Amino acid sequence: MNLFNEFKKGLWERNPILVLSLGMCPALAVTTSISNALWMTLATTFVLMGSNILVSLIKGFIPSHVRIPVYITIVATYVTIVELSLHAFQPAVYKALGIFIPLIVVNCMILGRAEEFASKNGVRASAADALGMGLGFGLTLTVLAFFRELLGANTIFGYTFIQGMEPSSAMILAPGAFITLGLMLWGMNVINSRKKG
Amino acid sequence: MEIKVVIAILVGTIFINNYVLSQMLGLCPFLGVSKKLDSAFGMGLAVIFVMTIASFFTFLLYRYVLFPYDIIYLRTISFIIIIASLVQFVEMVIEKVSPALYQTLGIFLPLITTNCAVLGVAVLNINSGFITSDFGLVKSVIQGFGAGTGFTLALLLMAGIRERLELADIPENLKGLPITFITAGLLALAFLGFAGMKI
Repeated sequence: MNLFNEFKKGLWERNPILVLSLGMCPALAVTTSISNALWMTLATTFVLMGSNILVSLIKGFIPSHVRIPVYITIVATYVTIVELSLHAFQPAVYKALGIFIPLIVVNCMILGRAEEFASKNGVRASAADALGMGLGFGLTLTVLAFFRELLGANTIFGYTFIQGMEPSSAMILAPGAFITLGLMLWGMNVINSRKKG
Repeated sequence: MEIKVVIAILVGTIFINNYVLSQMLGLCPFLGVSKKLDSAFGMGLAVIFVMTIASFFTFLLYRYVLFPYDIIYLRTISFIIIIASLVQFVEMVIEKVSPALYQTLGIFLPLITTNCAVLGVAVLNINSGFITSDFGLVKSVIQGFGAGTGFTLALLLMAGIRERLELADIPENLKGLPITFITAGLLALAFLGFAGMKI
């Protein structure tokens, strides 16, 4: 039950992007299409899972004043694994995500979870936390990508949505990302304040 | 190397491909430190400084160690270690040499390690093909400086607008991050105009 709570909190209550506002850069940059968003989620969740488990396993051995460099090195190792495997098995995805694959290292969400959660909790709780956070991250990315792909390219998963509709290219570019996320945050505030009131 | 190349790189990184508003790098500090103009300016200076130095050292490392010995798969891990230690080193030097500057920049420096724009500029220097071109080192240092300046420009614009927004009458649920994102979207829309520039 307790494990389930650790898992559940990442989805809404402590959603990494919408509530903690961590990991914004990949969230905005790669959500030009749903498939990009899903691959990014997969890569980030893998790194988060690996680093959370490893950090919680070795938390007793790390001297506290060098813990941040150690965490960064652990995260960078997993990112290199992801980078090499995507390059080998999914070259198209590797090309589409581009610079944002090595930048998973500096996704504050991963370092934040290592510092805030994995360094204080056991292996199973940390794994549940990583899975929940990864899923919450992925859900936000997917919703964002859904609207941007629909309005910016007139497609869903690459299939045309309405024949002959002229898509608005600003939605695929940076402005669309900022404004869509702003509106999503607004929607979340509205829902939360309704719940309270 | 001609002066034209220098100007093209600078205009390209500051306006056309602004790191924050068109490439969406370095958003965490962009949102976190843009509440006040003073702190935005301090953060901007620190970022320009670190980006320029980081471009210099990561280029040297890649060109003379990783590339010749065929260990480029260590790129990500070695770059992040270089940046982290560089930030630590810069912090110590500034603290010793100029306590006044340390007072201004001090609190921002540790934050810069996790600023994805710094690692971003290091990786983009490699991806732009500067490694094999003439004057590659100079070009990548200029690109680092331009990227930092572009970041500072975006941060200052945003901080100026947010100071005004404090006084504006905004619906309760839009206050804070949502209105900031919508403002950033409008700013980005304005910067999209630079995309038509030909140099």
